[in-house]
Parts: sequence; C-alpha cells; structure tokens
Amino acid sequence: MRGITFDIAHMLAGSLVLVSFMQLYQDRLYALLNIYALHALVLAASVAWQAFIQDAPHLYLTAMIALVFKAIIIPVALHRIIVKLGIHREIETVVGVGPAMLLGMGLVALSMVVMLRVTAEADPLAREDLAFALSVVLLGLLMMVTRRNAVSQVIGFMSLENGLVLAATGAKGMPLVVEISVAFSVLIAFIVIGIFLFRIRERFDTVDVRALDKFRGERQ
Amino acid sequence: MALIRDFALQGAQMLVVLLLSPLLTGFVRKVKARLLRRQGPPMLQPYRDLIRLMRKDVVLATSASWLFRVIPYIIFAGTWVAASLVPTFGSGLLFSWSADLIAIIALLGSARFFQALAGLDVGTSFGGIGSSREVMIASLAEPAMLMIVFTLALIAGSTQLSTMATYMVSGEEGLRVSLGLALLALIIVAIAENARIPVDNPATHLELTMVHEAMVLEYSGRHLALIDLSSELKLLLYMSVIGCLFVPWGITGLDASPRSIAIGFAAYLAKLAVGGFLLAVFETVIAKMRVFRVPAFLGAALMLGLLATLLLFVSRSL
Repeated sequence: MRGITFDIAHMLAGSLVLVSFMQLYQDRLYALLNIYALHALVLAASVAWQAFIQDAPHLYLTAMIALVFKAIIIPVALHRIIVKLGIHREIETVVGVGPAMLLGMGLVALSMVVMLRVTAEADPLAREDLAFALSVVLLGLLMMVTRRNAVSQVIGFMSLENGLVLAATGAKGMPLVVEISVAFSVLIAFIVIGIFLFRIRERFDTVDVRALDKFRGERQ
Repeated sequence: MALIRDFALQGAQMLVVLLLSPLLTGFVRKVKARLLRRQGPPMLQPYRDLIRLMRKDVVLATSASWLFRVIPYIIFAGTWVAASLVPTFGSGLLFSWSADLIAIIALLGSARFFQALAGLDVGTSFGGIGSSREVMIASLAEPAMLMIVFTLALIAGSTQLSTMATYMVSGEEGLRVSLGLALLALIIVAIAENARIPVDNPATHLELTMVHEAMVLEYSGRHLALIDLSSELKLLLYMSVIGCLFVPWGITGLDASPRSIAIGFAAYLAKLAVGGFLLAVFETVIAKMRVFRVPAFLGAALMLGLLATLLLFVSRSL
C-alpha cells in the first residue's frame, strides 16, 4: 500500500518544512529570497508529484502557477524592491536564530499532535502530510512575527500561502477556481504590500516596522 | 578455517582504512585545487608528508609533560579502532558486534578529549584557544550526534552499525523524512567534527580562525604524523558512516564470496570518490563562518536531529 510514489510525496512535503526552517535560519535578505524561491520550487515539485499520483491534470496547472509566479516572478520582484530600497545587507530579528528555531520546533510538534489526533482514521502518511502543511503555515506565521523588516515579513506571508497550497493538494480535490483565486489574491496582496513598502520607506526612511509604532495612538 | 578468514577480512579492513585515508585527503585537496584552477599537489602528497614527518626528529617544548608525548598514540589508536569498526565494504566483520555507533562516538570523543588536553599541556596561548574552541564545538556537536543516533536506532531497531547497514540495504524502510533530516544533521556534524571549511579551515595557520591547527601547533615529527593521520582517518570514518547508513548499496553480507567482496570494495571506493568530490565542491563554494556563528550552525544540526526523532515518535505513538 505504501509504495515509492507515496514515499516521494511524503519526502517532498517534509523537505518543504525543512526549507521553512532554512528561511528561519537565514538572516540576510538575498539569501532569504533565494531560499524562498527554493521553497516555491519544492512546492511546485510536490504539487506536480501529487498531480501525477492522483492523476489530476489540473494540479499541473497549480504547479505551473507555483513555479512561474512564486519561484520566478515574486523573487525577482522582491529582489528589485530590495535593490531600490538599498537594504540588501540588513536584517533584524526580534528573537535570535536559536530561540526562533526552538519556537519553530515547538510549532512543528504542536501541528503534529493536533493533526494526528484530529485525523485519526485517515491514512497515516496523508495525516503526516497534513501535519507538515500545517507546520509550514505556522512557520510562515512565526517568520512574520519574528522579523522586523517588512520585506522578510512579506516572505513569511508568501511561504504561509505555500503551506496552504500544500495542504489543499494533499487533500485530493481542491477546485481549480479556488486555487486560482487564492493565487491571485496572494499576488494582489503582494502588490499592495509592495506599494505599502515604498510608502513606509518614503515616510520613515526605513522599512523597519518598529518605526510605525511611534505613530500609534497608545504610545504617545 | 572460517575464523582465519574472518580475521583476515577484519585485518584487511583495518589496513584498508589506514591506507586509504591519506589518499582521500589528497583527493579532496586535488579536487579543491583543480576547482580553483590550480595544479595542486599530487594525490599521493599526504603519504609523502607522513613519511617525511616520520623521519624527522621530534622537537619538544621544555614545558611539555609525559602526557604530551603519549597523547598522539592515544588519539591515533582510538581513531584507528573506531575507523576499522565501521562497515566499509562488508558488514559482517569479526568484530562488528562491537561496532556500536555509540561506542564509536565515545572512542572519537575520548580522542578529542586527549587532543584538547595536549593543546593545554604546553601552556601556549594558541593551544589554549584551540582547545577551548574545540571543546565548545564538541559540546554542541555531540548532542546533535546523539539525536541522529536515536533517530537511526528507532528506525533500524539497533545501534549496531552492521545491523543498521543490513537493515538499510534490505530496503524495508523506503524513503523517510526522518532519514533525510538525520542525513542533513549528520553531514553538518561531520563537517564540524572534521574541522572542514564553514567551521574551521584545515589549510590555514591564521591565528584568529584556526581551531584544530592551533591545538597541534606544538607537535612535530612522528607525533605530528600520527595526529595528521588520525584526522585523515576521521574524515574517512565519517564518510564511511554516511556511506554505510544512507547509501548502503554494495555492502556485502556475512559469508560473502570473493566476487561480492570485490564488488563491495569497488562500491566503497566509488562512494568515497563521490563523497570527497562533493566535500571539495562544498568547501569551494562556501566561506568560513565566524566562530560565534558556529553554535547556530550546529544548533541547526541538533534541531534537525530533534525534529527527526520527534517525527518518528509522534508518528508511531499517535
């Protein structure tokens, strides 16, 4: 029942979690971008493999979207933004790499425990796949929380969305319409955030979101 | 008769690791030099270095104690024993019952302990720096290594290397995420333990960065030869461990025919060549990291090991 095809799908889902951890580990913007592209690439491979083993041609389209938009267009665009903002050497984290990794471990453990308890009667590997997808989502959230730089928060958001796609493709039967609309909403969110970044930069001469804190009402 | 044959095989294994290890180091150096478009020393250069060092006189510091003179032999003995226990071409060697992964780690750990003592013994500041750094790296690498051992032992049901290798070669397990994580963690630990580039540079004598070289700075002559040979053996050992656990194809069983032994040997040579090549490429493309970043690097290995163990535990218990 569990042949090599299943193993490979499992392996790809696991590597997505691993790449999420690599994102947490990286503290330079360009390296972070490259790893984000890798993340999307692994996602595309994973989705394509799911399309192959589920015999679902529309998933190939999803894989293509992941490959073209997330692995090529968005990293290139972010790269340009970084060059334009002139922030290619800086990155700050709220907590250090070590604690962030430990928190990430905790999140993976949490998602494992939650998912495996909830889906008790499903196939064991599918359960672990779901747990992996949930941990990718949580790690993306963690990334958004632990970074102060707005660009790396965007990357955290994007990798969160990758986790959603992984969960959806593993679960056999996300309609294509939903998939496309999710992809486009993320793209639009990306554009909005990009414009927002430039606005922050114009106003405060930095993309460190701590600069915004001063302008909140309660801190006067 | 069978006993004699087993003894011969075990002896062959001991000789093979001893004779191949300088060649492996020479090969890695050669590939690195070629990647930098240099000619590089010939692959047999490490043998020549060793022979030359063996012939030279030993210069001892006046403050050196008896420990300083004994330690090279202890390090060499420990590393050689450890290296000859790892299954290289065959898994059913005479002493493979003692080839426990934890025992091998303990042997290497005690060799490292004595090396750190030797660094401190003469009382120079470089030796002290080297020892303290080495101990720091070790204290981070060993928990990660233990996590890897736990993962492998949970999968294979044993901590004995030859049992593990036979289990892996049987293909019952298939691809596992935990195995992949353990492999990555083991590679990181191996890089740190062998003082390879992101952690330590084996080719430098720059004060600020050296770790291993700083400890052995006071050694000369045959002592230095033994220490160099043991670090070469250690590189071979880690490559053999990775080879026999993660790419176990070609390893022969207990009562093998000469033909399958030959196949196993050829496969082993191929694995070493591929491993050495990959190591050289990796070392060429990456820069050495600051000493203070090493904890994060090794922490990643610990985390991967922990994650692998966690995955196994959770997926089995729930």
